[in-house]
Amino acid sequence: MASLLHDIQHDSVTIPVPLPLDSGQVLGSVTIAWQSYGALNADKSNAVLICHALTGDQYVASDHPATGKPGWWARMVGPGKPIDTDRFHVICANVLGSCMGTSGPASPDAATGAPLGMAFPVITITDMVRAQAMLLDHLGIARLHAVVGGSMGGMQTLAWAATYPERLGSALVIASAARHSAQNIAFHEVGRQAIMADPDWQDGQYYGSARAPTKGLAVARMAAHITYLSEEGLTEKFGRRLQARDIKSFGFDADFQIESYLRHQGLAFTDRFDANAYLYITRAMDYFDLADPHDGRLAGAFAGSKDVRFTLVSFDTDWLYPTSESRRVVQALQSVGAAASFVELSAPFGHDSFLLDVPALDRLVAGALGSGF
Amino acid sequence: MALRPDLAIIADAVPAASRVLDVGCGDGELMVALRNKGVDARGLEIDAANVTAAIARGQSVVQGDANRDLADYPDDAFDYAILSQTLQTTERPDRVVDELLRIAPRAFVSFPNFAHWRIRLALLWGGRMPVTRLLPVAWYETPNIHHVTVSDFRDLVRDKGIAVERVWHLSGDRPTSDAAASWRAEHAIFLISR
Repeated sequence: MASLLHDIQHDSVTIPVPLPLDSGQVLGSVTIAWQSYGALNADKSNAVLICHALTGDQYVASDHPATGKPGWWARMVGPGKPIDTDRFHVICANVLGSCMGTSGPASPDAATGAPLGMAFPVITITDMVRAQAMLLDHLGIARLHAVVGGSMGGMQTLAWAATYPERLGSALVIASAARHSAQNIAFHEVGRQAIMADPDWQDGQYYGSARAPTKGLAVARMAAHITYLSEEGLTEKFGRRLQARDIKSFGFDADFQIESYLRHQGLAFTDRFDANAYLYITRAMDYFDLADPHDGRLAGAFAGSKDVRFTLVSFDTDWLYPTSESRRVVQALQSVGAAASFVELSAPFGHDSFLLDVPALDRLVAGALGSGF
Repeated sequence: MALRPDLAIIADAVPAASRVLDVGCGDGELMVALRNKGVDARGLEIDAANVTAAIARGQSVVQGDANRDLADYPDDAFDYAILSQTLQTTERPDRVVDELLRIAPRAFVSFPNFAHWRIRLALLWGGRMPVTRLLPVAWYETPNIHHVTVSDFRDLVRDKGIAVERVWHLSGDRPTSDAAASWRAEHAIFLISR
């Protein structure tokens, strides 16, 4: 399916400016695919940048070109919605390293034209943010009304506030953290090993071959998907119920509904995502620690950010990016005197709560973007 | 909607352009009034629904517990700290007062006066913990775990060497004289400083 995925045409721009990366390598030019919603006003002051999560994309509020499903945050973004496209010009760019039109491991080598595969340099969350800033420069948008993101999108939002504090009015960070924990890295490593253990991965040079590591990628997605849900949610939705049968098979078919569900999630994912992109983006998340360049002092990352208005939201059932990580960010922000809001919302859906029906989140998002400040 | 009388007094007394932390800010009612006069107001509030409502109104509020989370604010982060109708709910009111005057040189502290004559009479004649307009919850479920009187609070700040800059006494939501305030004030607002 990987070849079909890469045949999709996306709206994009190639910016012929070198992008120096945290790794020390340089991308000679960057192609960025993006979508926008709502009109940009005359003084270009109503732009809101939405940063997407690990397997998200720029199709925030429009149908996904590969799956035909509605945009991943269509419930939040649109006319009259909490992120109101009647008021705001909403921009979302596919992140660097991904597979929906922005430069990534499937991009062609400038010299040979062949897909880069593992020759694509390892990137970081801040590299993703630098690429987004290049897009905004290209669009002539000097300053954003707000940057908004959940999960890895929240990491980019924090990196925005740390890297370009003068370019944003507010930062809305949902179900996220300023660093990846050992547990977060561990789950990612399981996913990467599943991909690289698939013989069809072929050291990342599977583009153009008849084989792609869909089995490995599906297993990676299955493991990750568990981390996005809560035990309570899994128990409620599936319990120990059997899948389309009355008795156990005493075999290794998907006897349980939860097995069948995960297998379906894993397989469906391979239709819309590239295995190498999964390796690169999970790696970028693992390297993320905003305190690292400041001797472990997170406040150091926000030394210049005291004029940014921050809103952080966590969910009580999210064990992947728990409330304690949001509190850590709030403490750092308070110590530099930045205006910070924080609340832990109660929702049963685990980490995925930020994508689902949580009415309190809608009110918070609207308030955090409101004209009250 | 009109501000609660004690909040209206505080809103009036805070100078414009000052930096304020409202501890136990509820849904941000006082913060909105402060913002409208150009005060840079931030809030701390324990209840998630209240925090959500305040953020939805565009206020900067952190969900947290006055008993613990004031420690996260640096010294002198604000010009004023405000603790309205919350002192009597804290685990250690004396330590909370210390924290207020660490993060700001001045603080407004308001509380229901447990020595008001109606409470004295209720206890004297009824022999039961009083349930009043300002303290409306029965003893076993009240969040008010440290009842305090005007005289008690004066003793506390004197023992700590804290200055009282100004006091407002209220009865039936109207200002009442300082004379015999210990009997006559339903609640009191102290402006204290280091």
